[in-house]
Amino acid sequence: MNYTPTVGQILQAKGVSRRGFLKYCATTASLLALPPSMIPRIAEAIENARRPSVIWLSFQECTGCTESLTRSSSPTVEGLIFDAISLDYHHTLQAASGDQAEAARHAAMEENDGNYLVLVDGSIPMGNPGFSTIAGISNYDMLMETVAGAAAVVAIGSCAAFGGIPGANPNPTGAVSVKDLVTDKPVINVPGCPPIPMVITGVLAQFLTFGAIPDLDKHGRPLAFFGNTIHDRCYRRPFYEQGKFADTFDDEGAKAGWCLYKLGCKGPTTYNACATVKWNSGTSFPIESGHPCLGCSEPRFWDKGGFYQPLSTGHFGSGAKLAGAAVAGAALGVAAAAAGRRRQAKFTREA
Amino acid sequence: MDLLEFARGPALQTAAYILVAGTIWRIVGIVMLKEKADYSEPRGRGGFFAALKVIWTRAFTAEPFKKATMYPKMMAYVMHIGLFATIFLFTPHIVFFEGWMGFDWPGLPNSVIFFIGVATVISGVALLVRRMTSPVLKMISNFDDYFSWFVTMLPLITGLLIPVRVLFQYEDLLAIHILSVALLLIWLPFGKLGHAFLVFITRGTTGMVFERRGART
Repeated sequence: MNYTPTVGQILQAKGVSRRGFLKYCATTASLLALPPSMIPRIAEAIENARRPSVIWLSFQECTGCTESLTRSSSPTVEGLIFDAISLDYHHTLQAASGDQAEAARHAAMEENDGNYLVLVDGSIPMGNPGFSTIAGISNYDMLMETVAGAAAVVAIGSCAAFGGIPGANPNPTGAVSVKDLVTDKPVINVPGCPPIPMVITGVLAQFLTFGAIPDLDKHGRPLAFFGNTIHDRCYRRPFYEQGKFADTFDDEGAKAGWCLYKLGCKGPTTYNACATVKWNSGTSFPIESGHPCLGCSEPRFWDKGGFYQPLSTGHFGSGAKLAGAAVAGAALGVAAAAAGRRRQAKFTREA
Repeated sequence: MDLLEFARGPALQTAAYILVAGTIWRIVGIVMLKEKADYSEPRGRGGFFAALKVIWTRAFTAEPFKKATMYPKMMAYVMHIGLFATIFLFTPHIVFFEGWMGFDWPGLPNSVIFFIGVATVISGVALLVRRMTSPVLKMISNFDDYFSWFVTMLPLITGLLIPVRVLFQYEDLLAIHILSVALLLIWLPFGKLGHAFLVFITRGTTGMVFERRGART
């Protein structure tokens, strides 16, 4: 009989201290908005969980999501947790290739039928099966075959969650999201371009802890991480309230760290945990480094106007059409006045 | 296309076309009407300065009516100044106008605008209550008065709800706010809100006619 170590044993073997592990559990509980009393339960669940089998499918993507997860500046506990899962199939990370790789996927599916997780990054082209294939299998066929025996599916990154860049207008490949195709399994969207590593592992930790998918918002995103806007948690928010804005990227306002709303920040309409969890081991996030939020965790963020166009900028239409409206109005006015004059003349004659 | 994109795009564009066409229709239609012949002997010159004089003097209440109209006049001033400040001195609105016209101007802090917005709504409600309780005003009010009040207050109220996030999320409230603005722009040329662009034309005309007839203005 094969011996499968628990996640706790794996972390111990990798030198993660009890203190470090509990700190991770406390952070996860905090991120998931759970009470402190849940920390021991999270710790117990993660410690005792058998290595869950994970199949990671990459379709129309740039590998940025994998980079996000693997390019941590130092080995973090969440990184090690990710190491602790049984990543049975991942194009970029696995050593096997060709038939061997596909055999590994099929073996994982058979051995863990009904219990494995499928993580997907990249959108699925529906325009033509040949647009994107792996081992001669179309992305659609591979996805549908793999999710058939899965416990749940996690769409990693905005491409898998919403179609992302491949799905941007004019969407030449007919790219769709995982949720557009997978309707009979729980699908958790973890969008972002790329998503925050802690959010990915946090979702996995919650799944391991409770064995169920977390509460999701209307876009299928875990509320624990996507419940607030960047603007809600932004440290520059007080400047927004005070009416202090950077007008350009190098003016005094920008140097003083004022609000980037006028430079097109999409923080008010973007739901993500960047402002609290941050990036690069909690170093900073885009706004902190002086760039407005692009809104990358929102559906169709590529097609929502210019990145540097302020949110409140409306579209009054083209000057030509407005001029046309003015001419039409003037013509109506002249006609109305002419009718009025005729009426006036008639009354004058009658009088 | 989500609700916010619809509001910021097609809804606002359509409203702008209707606003421009409707406003010019009303102004041209009125200005080009034939002036009624006045055969009386002129008692004053009744020119441009007479028009300016009445535009200025009508901004204030005449002495005999001061006491009786103090309350509605004050409320009307608070509402109009409040509307001006919330529309033109709120930074996200300035950004909107800048995107359209190419230049900007200084705004007020959001907390100040919020306070002004609340005062504006209170003054608007006070004026509505007066309209509904005063027997004379009640008699001369029609659908136009009440609907004009509604479409004026709606953007204010929806705008005030955005930061406090009541019932909906930010982007939905913003979309509703922009849609309410579109409704206001569409209605503006056709109802009594037309006074926004007709007020000085009508007052100026009154001034010229009154002075010609020798009335004290």
